[in-house]
Amino acid sequence: MKYVDEFRDPERAAALQQRIKHLAAQIFARRGRPLQLMEFCGGHTHTIFRYGIEQLLPDSIELVHGPGCPVCVLPRGRVDDCVALAQRPEVIFTTFGDAMRVPGSRQSLLEAKAAGADVRMVYSPLDALALARKHPSREVIFFALGFETTMPSTALTVLRAAGENIGNFSLFCNHITTVPTIKAILDSADMKIDGFLAPGHVSMVVGETPFHFVCDHYHKPLVITGFEPLDILQSLWMLLRQIHGGYCSVENQYSRVVASGGNDAGLNAIHQVFELREYFEWRGLGSIDHSGVRIREQYAAFDAERKFSLVNLQIADPKSCQCGEVLKGVIRPWQCKVFGEQCNPQKPLGALMVSSEGACAAYYNFGDQQALIRLREENGVSV
Amino acid sequence: MCLGIPGRIVAITDADKLMARVDVAGVQREINIACVVDPGQAPDSIIGTWVLVHVGFAMSRIDEQEAQKTLQLLAELGEMQEELTAMQSTAQP
Repeated sequence: MKYVDEFRDPERAAALQQRIKHLAAQIFARRGRPLQLMEFCGGHTHTIFRYGIEQLLPDSIELVHGPGCPVCVLPRGRVDDCVALAQRPEVIFTTFGDAMRVPGSRQSLLEAKAAGADVRMVYSPLDALALARKHPSREVIFFALGFETTMPSTALTVLRAAGENIGNFSLFCNHITTVPTIKAILDSADMKIDGFLAPGHVSMVVGETPFHFVCDHYHKPLVITGFEPLDILQSLWMLLRQIHGGYCSVENQYSRVVASGGNDAGLNAIHQVFELREYFEWRGLGSIDHSGVRIREQYAAFDAERKFSLVNLQIADPKSCQCGEVLKGVIRPWQCKVFGEQCNPQKPLGALMVSSEGACAAYYNFGDQQALIRLREENGVSV
Repeated sequence: MCLGIPGRIVAITDADKLMARVDVAGVQREINIACVVDPGQAPDSIIGTWVLVHVGFAMSRIDEQEAQKTLQLLAELGEMQEELTAMQSTAQP
């Protein structure tokens, strides 16, 4: 496929791998401890595991898998809200497929569907709007989630619904924002990140400028990164080059897709429809200031939270679940007490096991199972 | 949901609502192009353009020149690496 295959070329990957090793060795000789580099985005985590990129890297580079998987950080209370909405007889509840199996405190959407709720998977919010046109006597709710990448699509769908005066369509808005979350990570006492691979598709919408604070205030290098294996390797090399040279800046490896100013039409739609929430609750990370958006008063008619008077209940994660520590990079997925045994992709306990972009599911699906079992035994992880 | 897929715009299906047909590896579907048509630009002018498609929306035009530049840099890194390896293998101890 054009613009995909070229960025998977093994020969070029091998050359980059050599250059990474060379620079990493020089940096390690100076520092004496490994570098911790975070890929924020779940899409990057997926590529890293799918192509075995960690195995190509020297021990002096540790990749920390960040919280950038919107499905994985969805708190249980929000899933319970989805299920409650879906169980109303007048409602057709529509969602991206990724969110179907996220466990709530009682049920997932998939289980609610099996029990009779009208839950439908859609590819696009526009498909949900089409369902609303087709079934004027039903209330069609779209479960809007994702970072800035998916915000323009839901905002444009609301604008379309408003333009066509479609009264039976609303969003259950769970969009989250990237920058406050990166800031929370940088302010967290137990995290020591030396550099960031920044999310390419969030950047495609917001541009380069919102990331400057990472260099200006925290003096960490940051590279906006694409999603093919060569993109990741090249960006890692760019991070190392900055660290080796003793400088930091925002660099854009993914310039074929990301314009430095972002996408004007997308940003306009976002600002027209959404405003920042004071705070938003994340699974495993707790509450983060300004890390989510809600629908503006002007478009209240399309807001499922207002329309159906939802009270966002906070429900703690199961005690045995260590998603929070994995999300912060404090433990590796295989170090979690329930990894693989009580929690696996067929029966996920924690959200990180649900989406293919979650770090635990990636370890489970693409990791060397025998090696993981050995690691668990050697490190005395209770089973 | 967050991963995009490259496709090529093949036809405009509704110029007022900014809808177009896109071809993604032989599969065609209707998508929204509001984010890739500049204000005042005729929607027809983007037929043939490669775009990144996310959840039914074209979210970015793929910049052919930038893609080539990145590939060129990768190629140069590869060539330089070959030379470095050759130098190292023939270097005096």
